[in-house]
Amino acid sequence: MQNLGIDLLFKGKNMIRLLGGLWVAVQISLISVAISITLGLLVGVLMTSGNKILKLFFRIYLEIVRIMPQMVLLFVVYFGTTRVFGWNLSAEASAIIVFTFWGVAEMGDLVRGALISIPKIQYESAEALGLTSGQTYRYVILPQTVRRLIPLSINLITRMIKTTSLVMMIGIVEVLKVAQQIIEANRRVSPNGAFGIFLVVFLLYFLICWPISRLASYLEKRWA
Amino acid sequence: MEQTLLKINHLHKKFGEQVILDDFNLEVKKGEVIVIIGPSGCGKSTLLRCLNALEDIQGGEILLDGLPIRKNAKDISSMRQKIGMVFQSYDLFPHKTILENILLAPLKVQKKNRSEVEKEAMELLARVGLADRCNDYPRQLSGGQKQRIAIVRALIMHPEILLLDEITAALDPEMVHEVLEVVLALARNQSTMLIVTHEMAFAKAIADRVLFLEHGKIVEESREPKSFFTKPQTERAQQFLHSFEY
Amino acid sequence: MDIDAIISYLPLYKDALILTVKIGIQGVILAFLLGLICAVIMHLRIPALRQLIAFYIELFRNTPLLVQLFFLYFALPKVGLQISPQICGTLGLGLLGGAYMAETFRSGLTSVAPIQYESAQSLGMNRIQTFRYVILPQAISSSVPGIMANVIFLLKETSVFSTISLMDLMFTAKDLIGMYAKTIECLTLLVVFYLIMLLPVSVLGSLIERRLRYAEFGN
Repeated sequence: MQNLGIDLLFKGKNMIRLLGGLWVAVQISLISVAISITLGLLVGVLMTSGNKILKLFFRIYLEIVRIMPQMVLLFVVYFGTTRVFGWNLSAEASAIIVFTFWGVAEMGDLVRGALISIPKIQYESAEALGLTSGQTYRYVILPQTVRRLIPLSINLITRMIKTTSLVMMIGIVEVLKVAQQIIEANRRVSPNGAFGIFLVVFLLYFLICWPISRLASYLEKRWA
Repeated sequence: MEQTLLKINHLHKKFGEQVILDDFNLEVKKGEVIVIIGPSGCGKSTLLRCLNALEDIQGGEILLDGLPIRKNAKDISSMRQKIGMVFQSYDLFPHKTILENILLAPLKVQKKNRSEVEKEAMELLARVGLADRCNDYPRQLSGGQKQRIAIVRALIMHPEILLLDEITAALDPEMVHEVLEVVLALARNQSTMLIVTHEMAFAKAIADRVLFLEHGKIVEESREPKSFFTKPQTERAQQFLHSFEY
Repeated sequence: MDIDAIISYLPLYKDALILTVKIGIQGVILAFLLGLICAVIMHLRIPALRQLIAFYIELFRNTPLLVQLFFLYFALPKVGLQISPQICGTLGLGLLGGAYMAETFRSGLTSVAPIQYESAQSLGMNRIQTFRYVILPQAISSSVPGIMANVIFLLKETSVFSTISLMDLMFTAKDLIGMYAKTIECLTLLVVFYLIMLLPVSVLGSLIERRLRYAEFGN
């Protein structure tokens, strides 16, 4: 068996560099998820409010997010808006803007779905017991909504982390870019390095995302 | 009607440690209508499910025409074709029209000629008063109509015996009658049936023999349904029947 | 906006669209078949194969397509498996999509009520007949919304193909920006062409979903 580049990992700071790259990706996702959840809650509640214009607006927004690839959005924001408006936008900021744009729509739709999935009888029986509408939300509706939402929001985190692999395309040095650099720098000594390094990147993503999705499905089952 | 059709010898059925049927014996003659009643959990539904090999049995044997019925036996498909079963919940296939529901088994299992079975299906549908609904989907029908279709779907296989498992229990009261009418007509046609029901008036009208079950055993058996329902011999049966009065 | 430039770019975008759609469709078909086979194996609880498939599903659902493609395209040749960019794209999309489709079909299969198996059996159907005529059609029709969402997701994911030098829409846009620096024109065309590709699928998806729900659901 010839050398497949696993040894490259233990050379110098290569493994640390890869993990550093992964951390960049995770950071971008966590920031985007945090903003998405906050704004998404607001959007979700607004969507159930029954305002026709608001509904149409969100419908279009959601449809754009649903069908436009994140890669296209990244290009539009990073290369397009800087050109049109002449402002200076770092690649990281562009990535966070795009992921948030996407995340708020997804989260808003999840919140809307969770809110309308609570049967009307729950509101009615709470009222019949004499609870005020504030109490109804506080003790009856919100706990049920939150239980439905938490697993779904956790899933959103893994989807964000996976999607961050795209940001190398606008020049952010994340794990895939670091991998390419390592392979490139060792082309002579380890011509087959691509195998080992890309395998490790593959596994690193898996090791990050898999436990998170397990947690999500565990919570989903437990609270179902 | 002296020929024995179904024979159950020393049947044992357990779910884990819980004994459901305990040394159960029964002989059913051709053309006989047997009604099984008893409190919930007495094993009456499980008995019907064992007869159609939907459950494993832990001991004893079930013989139809002298041939054994066993859940994982090779010939179970051909044995099941001789036994029709209708369940409590509407179990029609939701992705098929009424006519397709009825034709599926004759065409695919019995490999019959389509035009022949279709003709028969339409006759049966006419008999239950639903010929005009043959191209509808199950969801367009009421519960009572769906149960009548489920009976037709079982009948078209020409079963030697029909098992009816609380077929009116999930129905609105005003729909119970239309379903029971169909069953009464079958009884008049000399069909062999095992019926589990909570409709006591119906049981009284249709039964040749009544079995009262509790804890997986026959507590009382009567060939005189009229006198059983007015004056049962055992105390348990008296208590049970009393619970239906107000 | 430089209209002349846009017009002169159109044929390039058209070719790229055709290539993207072609690989997209191939990948979706592969994903559908792979997903269906995996779901059936999981459902029938075939030992060993079942564990293997569970691992495949988890692995491909929890890694990005870009990383999968890099592995297929750059890493596999190092162990002697050289594949063309087109096949690599189809395969990558198919493997990723297969994992998602398998989950969709599997939840469709578990959503069929146990009474459906029993009533099919009581009519004398064997396991295969029950599965083929009663269970599978219901499972597939209840999977339709999920399948359509997967199709849109997979067609969107084609945007990463440019990284393995497939001349898809993204590649074309990047290439033209690099050569002529007409960023706005190129990006506008990119957005428009993705709309041309995905809007009909999205509309079709909601139409089919509505029809199927009307015709088949509710017992």
